[in-house]
Amino acid sequence: MEVSTEYAVQMHGITKLFGSFCALDHVDLDVKKGSIHAVLGENGAGKSTLMNILYGLYQADSGEIYINGKKAEIKNPNTAIGHGIGMVHQHFMLVDNFTVTQNIILGNEVTGKFGIIDTKKAREEIIGIVKKYGLEVDPDAKIEDISVGMQQRVEILKALYRGADLLILDEPTAVLTPQEIEELIEIMRSLISGGKTIIIITHKLKEIKASSDVCTIIRRGHSIDTVPVADVDEEQLATMMVGHAVKLVVEKAPAKPGDVIFEIENLTVKNERGLEAVRNLSLKIRRGEILGIAGIDGNGQKELVEAITCLTRAQSGTIKINGVEIQNTTPRNVIDHKVSTIHEDRQRRGLVLPFTVAENAVIEKYRTPEFTRRGMIDRSRMTGFARRLIEDYDIRPAGCESQPVRGLSGGNQQKVIIAREISNEPELLIAVQPTRGLDVGAVEYVHKMLVRERDAGRAVLLISLELDEIMNVADTIGVIYAGSIVASFPQGKVDENTIGLLMAGGRLNETGSEST
Amino acid sequence: MKLAAKVLKKPIASTLIAVLFGFIVAAVVLVAAGYNPGQSFGALFHGIFAKPKYISNVIIKATPIILTGLSVAFAFQTGLFNIGAEGQYIAGAVAAVLVGVKLDLPPVLQIPVVVMAGVLGGTLFGWIVGYLKARFGIHEVITSIMLNWIGLYLSNFVVASGTYHMPNSTSTYPVNPSSYTMLLPNWKTSKAGMAALKPHQWLYEVMLKTDVNFGFLVAVLMAAIIWYLLYRSAKGYELRAVGFNRDAAEFAGINVNKNITDAMVIAGALAGLAGALAITGTAPHKISTLAAFENNGFNGLSVALIAGSSPIGCIFAGLLFGGLLYGGQSVQQDVGAPTEIINIMIGTIVFFVALTKIVPVLAEKLEKRGAGHVQ
Ligand SMILES: Nc1ncnc2c1ncn2[C@@H]1O[C@H](COP(=O)(O)OP(=O)(O)OP(=O)(O)O)[C@@H](O)[C@H]1O
Ligand SMILES: [Mg+2]
Repeated sequence: MEVSTEYAVQMHGITKLFGSFCALDHVDLDVKKGSIHAVLGENGAGKSTLMNILYGLYQADSGEIYINGKKAEIKNPNTAIGHGIGMVHQHFMLVDNFTVTQNIILGNEVTGKFGIIDTKKAREEIIGIVKKYGLEVDPDAKIEDISVGMQQRVEILKALYRGADLLILDEPTAVLTPQEIEELIEIMRSLISGGKTIIIITHKLKEIKASSDVCTIIRRGHSIDTVPVADVDEEQLATMMVGHAVKLVVEKAPAKPGDVIFEIENLTVKNERGLEAVRNLSLKIRRGEILGIAGIDGNGQKELVEAITCLTRAQSGTIKINGVEIQNTTPRNVIDHKVSTIHEDRQRRGLVLPFTVAENAVIEKYRTPEFTRRGMIDRSRMTGFARRLIEDYDIRPAGCESQPVRGLSGGNQQKVIIAREISNEPELLIAVQPTRGLDVGAVEYVHKMLVRERDAGRAVLLISLELDEIMNVADTIGVIYAGSIVASFPQGKVDENTIGLLMAGGRLNETGSEST
Repeated sequence: MKLAAKVLKKPIASTLIAVLFGFIVAAVVLVAAGYNPGQSFGALFHGIFAKPKYISNVIIKATPIILTGLSVAFAFQTGLFNIGAEGQYIAGAVAAVLVGVKLDLPPVLQIPVVVMAGVLGGTLFGWIVGYLKARFGIHEVITSIMLNWIGLYLSNFVVASGTYHMPNSTSTYPVNPSSYTMLLPNWKTSKAGMAALKPHQWLYEVMLKTDVNFGFLVAVLMAAIIWYLLYRSAKGYELRAVGFNRDAAEFAGINVNKNITDAMVIAGALAGLAGALAITGTAPHKISTLAAFENNGFNGLSVALIAGSSPIGCIFAGLLFGGLLYGGQSVQQDVGAPTEIINIMIGTIVFFVALTKIVPVLAEKLEKRGAGHVQ
C-alpha cells in the first residue's frame, strides 16, 4: 500500500518476536482518517501486540510506521501521545480514590503560578470535551463510585485530553453491559464526526457490523485480509478469522434431564455494603440440564456465585448438592462436593499469574495422590497433565506448560481455566461469563463443551450478561432481577423481548410463565 | 552483543553488576573522604582472605545472617514481609539461654534440646505475627516491629533477672558447655588435640583461634531444605500460591489463613534457629544487655534482597555480607577509614540490587542495538 496522507496510521511489514516465538510476521495495517477500523483475530493472533507496538509499549523487530503519511519512530507511549495516539487498555489504569478530573490530569497537570495545579482550568477543559462528544461523565465523581462503563469513558477522556486524534480501544466491550456497549458505539460515532480516527479490537462480530467501516483480519500473526465491513456478513468474517467455517449457532440435541441434583432454597445474601443483594432466591438444576441465568449486571449474580462457592456467608436459606447442604462451609468443601466454577474474574480469582500453566492446571487437585506423594509434588505428572489439557483444549501456544500463565493471551488464559474446571469432572459446573474476551471460534468451542458436559449428565449453571449466549445455550432460562429469579422458561418457549423486559424489572401479564 | 545481552538477562549477572557498582560508589566516597580506595579495598580483601582464621571468621559471621536472610526470603516468597527476623532471632537466643543455662544433659541430648528451645522461641514470635494477620488482618510489619522491641526488652529482662544474671557483669551466665556446637570443643584444647593439630598450621589456626562450629553446615542444609519445601512440596506450592494471589488461592480451596500462619511460623523458626546457633556455636555463649539491636535480623533483610529471595542465593549473599562486615573492620584498622564507609558500600550494593530490574531492560536495549548492527 502506498504511503499517503489519507491515512491516519500505516503499519507496514511489522514483525515481532518474543524469544523465538513469532507473534507478528510482516503484518500490515492501514487506517483511513476519520474511519472506525476493526481488528479481528483469534485469541493469541497478535492483536494486542500490534496495538502495543503502535502505542510504543513494545518495539517491532522490523517494519515501519507512518503517521499521517510521515514515517514515525515510536519509542515509548510518550512519543505515541506526541503523535496524537491514545490507547484505552482492557484493564484500566485509574487511581480509585481520585476524582475523574484528577485522574485525567494526572501526569499532565496544568500548572499556574508557583507550580500550583490549575484544576479549575483543567476541569473546564474536560467539561468542554465531555460536551463535544457526549461523553457524560461527572468530572467530580470519585473513580471508586462510578461504574465500569463510566471508568472506560474516563480513560477515553484521558486520551482525548492529551490530544489524541487516533484512539486505540483494546477489547473495550468485553467489560461492558449490552446497554453500555450501545452507548459506547454512539460515543465512537460522535468522535468520528469530531474528526477522530478509531481502531477497535473486539471479538463480537455483531459489534463490528454495528460500528466499523473497515475490518482487518489477523490469523496467527499474519495479515489475512482487509475488507469493507458493509461487504461481508458475520459468517464470512468468522470464516476468514478462523480459516474454516464456524457455526455461530449452538448445535445441540434436546436435553434429557434427570434428577434434581442442585437446589437452592430461599437464599438471602448480603453484599459488602450490608444490603441484601440476593433475596429469597430459589432454583433447581437437574442432571443433564443447562440452567441459564439472564440478568443485568448488579442484580445479585456475583453474590449468588460467591454464596455457592462459600466465599460469602449466606444470611439464610439452603444450598444443596446431591442432597448435602454446603452453604456457609468452605471453598474446599464445595470443590470436594464436585462443584467446579469458572469465575468471571479470571485474573483475580481464576489464575495465579506468576505460576506456570502446569501449576495453574492443578490448583484444585495438587494434593490428590495423582500429583502428590508423601508431601512432594510429582512435577512430571503435573506437566504431563497440563500438556494433555493444552492439547485437548487447543491452548496456544502449544508447549506452553512451563511458561508463566501471565504470558498467555487473554483468551488462552480463559481456556486454561475452562480446561481445568472441566477436567475436575464436576457434578455441577458453574460458568460465569465463560466466553468473555474469547474469539468466535473459542466461543463456539466453549459452548460445545458446556453442552458436552450436559450430555455427560452434569448439571450446568450458566450466568451471563449476554442474552444471546443464554438464549442459545441454556435449556432452561431463568431471569434474575433484584436478587431473585423472577421467572423461568424452557428454551424456545420465550422470546428475547420478554426476557429483556423481565431483566429490566417489568412484569408479565400473559400466562405461561412458570415463576419459581 | 547477543551473548552479552543473554548473559546480562540472568539474575545473577545483575546482582554481580550491582556489587560492582557498590564498590565503585564506595571508591568515590573513599576518595571524597580523603582515603586511597585501592589501599582500602586491599585492606578489605586482606581482612577477608589473608589468613585461614579470617576466612573462618567470615563464615562464622555469615552463619546467622544466612539463616535470618533465609527467614526473610522464605516469608517473601509467600507474600509476607518479615521485618521481625530481628525479634525472632533475639527470642531464639533468649530461649536457648533459658534452657542451656539450667539444663545440663549429655551433649547428644543437650544440643538438640537447647537448639530446639531457640527454634521454638523464634517460632512463637513468628506465630504471633502470623496469627494476628490471619485472624484480625493486622499487617505483619506493624506487629513485627512491635515484637522486635518486645524481644529486645525481654532479652534485657532475662539478663537482669535473678537466677540468670551473672554477678558483676552485664550479661547472663553462659550456657552449659554441653550445649556447645563447635567442632570438637574439648578435644581441640586438650593436650592430645593440640599435639595432633600442631603440625597442620592451617587447621591449628582455624580450630584454635576461631569458633569453628556446625552452624554453617546447618545453614546450608536449611537453605536446601527451604528450596525443596518451596519448589517441590505440596506445602510450598500452597504457600507460594497464597503469596502470589490470595484471592485465587482462596477460590481454589486453599486455606489462606492457615498458610499465612504457617509461613510466619517457619520464618520465625529459621530466625530463632539463627539465634540459638549463635549462642551454642560462638563465644561468649550468653546474652548481654542490649542497648540497641545487633542487626542480625535486619541484616537478613539485606541478605534476602541481595539474594533476590532465592534460598540458595542466601548462602552466597550471606557470605558476601559477612565478608564485608568482617573485612570492614580491617579497613578501619589498617587505613583508618571509618566503618561507615563499609556501611555505605553495603548500602549501595543493596540499593543497586534493588534497582537490578533495570539491568534486563538495558540488556534488551543492547540486544536491539546488536540486531541493528547485523542488519
Ligand atoms: N510479553 C510476552 N512474552 C511472550 N509472549 C507473548 C507476550 N505477549 C504476547 N505474547 C504471545 O504473543 C501472542 C499474541 O498475543 P496477543 O496478546 O497479541 O494476542 P491477542 O490477539 O491480543 O489475543 P486475545 O484476543 O486473546 O487478547 C500470544 O501467543 C502470546 O502468548
Ligand atoms: Mg488481546
